[in-house]
Amino acid sequence: MSHHKVRITVNGTVGEGEIESRLLLVHYLRETRGLTGTHVGCDTSNCGACTVMLDGRTVKSCTVLAVAADGADVLTVEGLAGGGELSPVQEGFRQCHGLQCGYCTPGMVMAATGLLLENEAPDETEIREGIEGNLCRCTGYDMIVDSVRWAAANGGAGEAAHRHVHGRGAPAPDAAAPAPSGTQPAPVVTP
Amino acid sequence: MTTHAADTTPMGFGSMRRKEDARFLRGKGRYLDDIVLPGMLHAAILRSPHAHARIVSVDTSAAEAHPKVTAVITGETLTGLGLAWMPTLSHDVQAVLATDKVRFQGQEVAFVVAEDRYAARDALALIEVEYEPLPAVVDATRALDPDAPVIRDDLHKTDNHIFDWEAGDAAATDEVFATADVVAECDLLYPRCHPAPMETCGSIASMDPVSGKLTVYTTTQAPHAHRTVYALVAGIPEHKIQVIAPDIGGGFGNKVGIYPGYVCAVVGSIVTGRPVKWVEDRSENLMSTSFARDYHMHGEIAATKDGTLLGVRVKVLADHGAFNNTAQPSKMPAGLFHVFSGSYDLKAAHCAVTGVYTDKCPGGVAYACSFRITEAVYLIERLVDVLARDQGWDPAELRMRNLVRPEQFPYRTALGWEYDSGNYPQTLRKALDLAGYAELRREQAERRARGELMGIGVSFFTEAVGAGPRKHMDILGLGMADGAELRVHPTGKAVLRLSCMTQGQGHQTTFAQIVAEELGISPDDIEVVQGDTDQTPFGLGTYGSRSTPVSGAATAMVARKVRERARIVASAMLEVAPSDLEFAKGRFHVKGDPAASATMAEIAMAAHSDLELPEGVEGHLDATCVYNPPNLTYPCGAYVCVVDVDPGTGQVAVRRFVAVDDCGVRINPMIVEGQIHGGLADGIGMALMEVLAFDADGNHLGASFMDYLLPTALECPSWELGETVTPSPHHPIGAKGVGESATVGSPPAVVNAVLDAIGVRDADMPLTPAQVWRSMQGRPLRTDVAVT
Repeated sequence: MSHHKVRITVNGTVGEGEIESRLLLVHYLRETRGLTGTHVGCDTSNCGACTVMLDGRTVKSCTVLAVAADGADVLTVEGLAGGGELSPVQEGFRQCHGLQCGYCTPGMVMAATGLLLENEAPDETEIREGIEGNLCRCTGYDMIVDSVRWAAANGGAGEAAHRHVHGRGAPAPDAAAPAPSGTQPAPVVTP
Repeated sequence: MTTHAADTTPMGFGSMRRKEDARFLRGKGRYLDDIVLPGMLHAAILRSPHAHARIVSVDTSAAEAHPKVTAVITGETLTGLGLAWMPTLSHDVQAVLATDKVRFQGQEVAFVVAEDRYAARDALALIEVEYEPLPAVVDATRALDPDAPVIRDDLHKTDNHIFDWEAGDAAATDEVFATADVVAECDLLYPRCHPAPMETCGSIASMDPVSGKLTVYTTTQAPHAHRTVYALVAGIPEHKIQVIAPDIGGGFGNKVGIYPGYVCAVVGSIVTGRPVKWVEDRSENLMSTSFARDYHMHGEIAATKDGTLLGVRVKVLADHGAFNNTAQPSKMPAGLFHVFSGSYDLKAAHCAVTGVYTDKCPGGVAYACSFRITEAVYLIERLVDVLARDQGWDPAELRMRNLVRPEQFPYRTALGWEYDSGNYPQTLRKALDLAGYAELRREQAERRARGELMGIGVSFFTEAVGAGPRKHMDILGLGMADGAELRVHPTGKAVLRLSCMTQGQGHQTTFAQIVAEELGISPDDIEVVQGDTDQTPFGLGTYGSRSTPVSGAATAMVARKVRERARIVASAMLEVAPSDLEFAKGRFHVKGDPAASATMAEIAMAAHSDLELPEGVEGHLDATCVYNPPNLTYPCGAYVCVVDVDPGTGQVAVRRFVAVDDCGVRINPMIVEGQIHGGLADGIGMALMEVLAFDADGNHLGASFMDYLLPTALECPSWELGETVTPSPHHPIGAKGVGESATVGSPPAVVNAVLDAIGVRDADMPLTPAQVWRSMQGRPLRTDVAVT
């Protein structure tokens, strides 16, 4: 089994080490980095419970090799709540009862965060299309739609997500987006 | 649309945000696969590629030579330990690892333990198994043919028959049918589907060779029952077994029983002396864990010519797969199917159920079925629609006319159940009003005239949840009572320990609310402990929507015991007789003198102090309780579904879904609504897309999410909910279960709507575009086996 040395930034923390080339990003995050918020719900890349942000875009981490994330910047659900405060999307799910067993929740929250980065004020159809790649067995989706709508009206994708995108040197999608404050800026990683 | 919780925490019942959300939203839940124990090994299972085959040989030498493999366990290993077969919840046995032959595709054949999960999977390919294929029994309707291959030769059987079971009065039912003006009949298949919780099943077993204590972390809905079964199967005494259910990523009945992987993990830990983790993947979950339904029903309904329902008669062929491991109360091999008279005042009813073996995965009772009530409700609600269609009657009116009337409760059905309470006409009227039923029918007529296919489906269901009275209901001889322990600490905070086990239903919040309602302690100050058999009282767990009916009752009763102790302490504090005290809003006060009072926190401190208490009063503020329910609870609901069908493709779009549920007192309305939403999505899934089908050789055709389709946000409408409140008179707080109501009640509403749209009398689920389109051509598919 061939091994590779990788350097992957997760939630602003750089991790370096040698991994098997076949290691899936989801297992890297869960087992190598100990970030177990990202879940595995299927083996055919349908469920989206493993959704994270990779260099500013949402991906299903069960369908990305960890070596392919060498040099990349990953944001997981654990990285959303800066200073312990929930991001607007997380708070929306709490306010609107957008979770029950909580297993799809991290992936759903990341998908919704990605959606709000692209579209600050999605309508109901756009929200449903935006989370189409994420299966939920408990909620029947309606309150998740409400949760995303709540987040859109109360701060959008949130500081950590914007910092994740900006940290890569990308132009701000919106000049009015809240500037990172009170926290360390994420280290810049060379793509 | 939803109503949102208030920002303040209610001192008792009412919408409040969930206490469990804080960890789940931050990725700090602790699910099975998140747990890492020191020295832990990882396991994988080699599964049968055949549906039915004799095992000639198993060669594990190459796998054992793999540098990262620690142990390979086969059926032969287990035979040496007396563990190759295990008892099931329905008094059959199930192979843990196959020894003689395999009986379904995906069956467990060998168990590899290795240093990491990738290596364990690698080693599976190194095991050589020689099979001698046998003809498979796939079609349940052919399982009892004289020439059908015999699956269970281990039981020395000569056929594939499991059981015959009847309920109701056959003679009285025949008489009703003989004198009826009109009879409608139809064949109904409730296809095999799967609960498919987002988190699959898994287990971590850790046997401490020094203390002899076995710790099992596992995805179980019934931790105490699992502990007892491990004790019986493995011969380890119960006090040396600790079963811990961590956070569970959905159960839906899939996580009630013990699976071979769990037993193998225990053996793996004993053999290696290290903790062993086994977590199945999605394909394994769909292929080898408890399926749901698979009832072939022939139903008949009798009525007078003016639309009075008289009776129902049904014959059922139940496909139980290769081993009968259906979860059920011991005396009820078809579960609670005999509530199939539904919500109607019938003179007579009768069912005959025959269970058969086939070369498929075992299961049957799962996926929010309340022990086969999904099947019962589907039967009666489809039959009523078929009759209405045959006679040209409005299906809503036919239901309204025949509902059990409010004054008839408690109502004894023709099948012997005593329904506790209900105001069915009010509930149905509310749903019809909310949907604008008359206006919908007008719209439908207009659209029909334009060639559009719009359908309206109604269902009205009565559930039976809260199993159950121990005189009638047990699982493996364990009566279905549940325990609760409540301890109020000196500063007035409390811990509540329960035998039920949440899988997302919000118990951590709602059970604290029950204590809050009874004692006036804030729900935020009450910790709810579940899932750890060393820490919680015995009971049978969470399934069949039994938590609120049984454990909820136990919680209210144990809180009341504590309250009576508090009354005595308060009487000592206030120097009056206990009978001179009144309790209101968390404090006892002297009758006629509200100022002379003691709060629960003050009483708690006094109970732990040097305050002199009457002779025989022990002090402290705690109690235990075991609740043996006197009856089930019978929630009900009226559902209206509106669909549009594309005439060219057969594609169904659910445009509206109105659901009015009555579960008695609602502890937390927000959580109740969430439960209903999830169940309605299940109904969309089962009615329109979910099926586990097989080909003629027994190959599983729905073994991944590529083929086993679950509804996404796009297939689900924005649910429209309503409620009526008819408390359960026998329940301490008047609450009924509700978790499974929507899964039970919604599939017939969707099917009735689709068939109403396309003008077809009957067609089986799932109503996929292919099924709908072919039904419109008069050629419906058989959905349980592949039709080419």
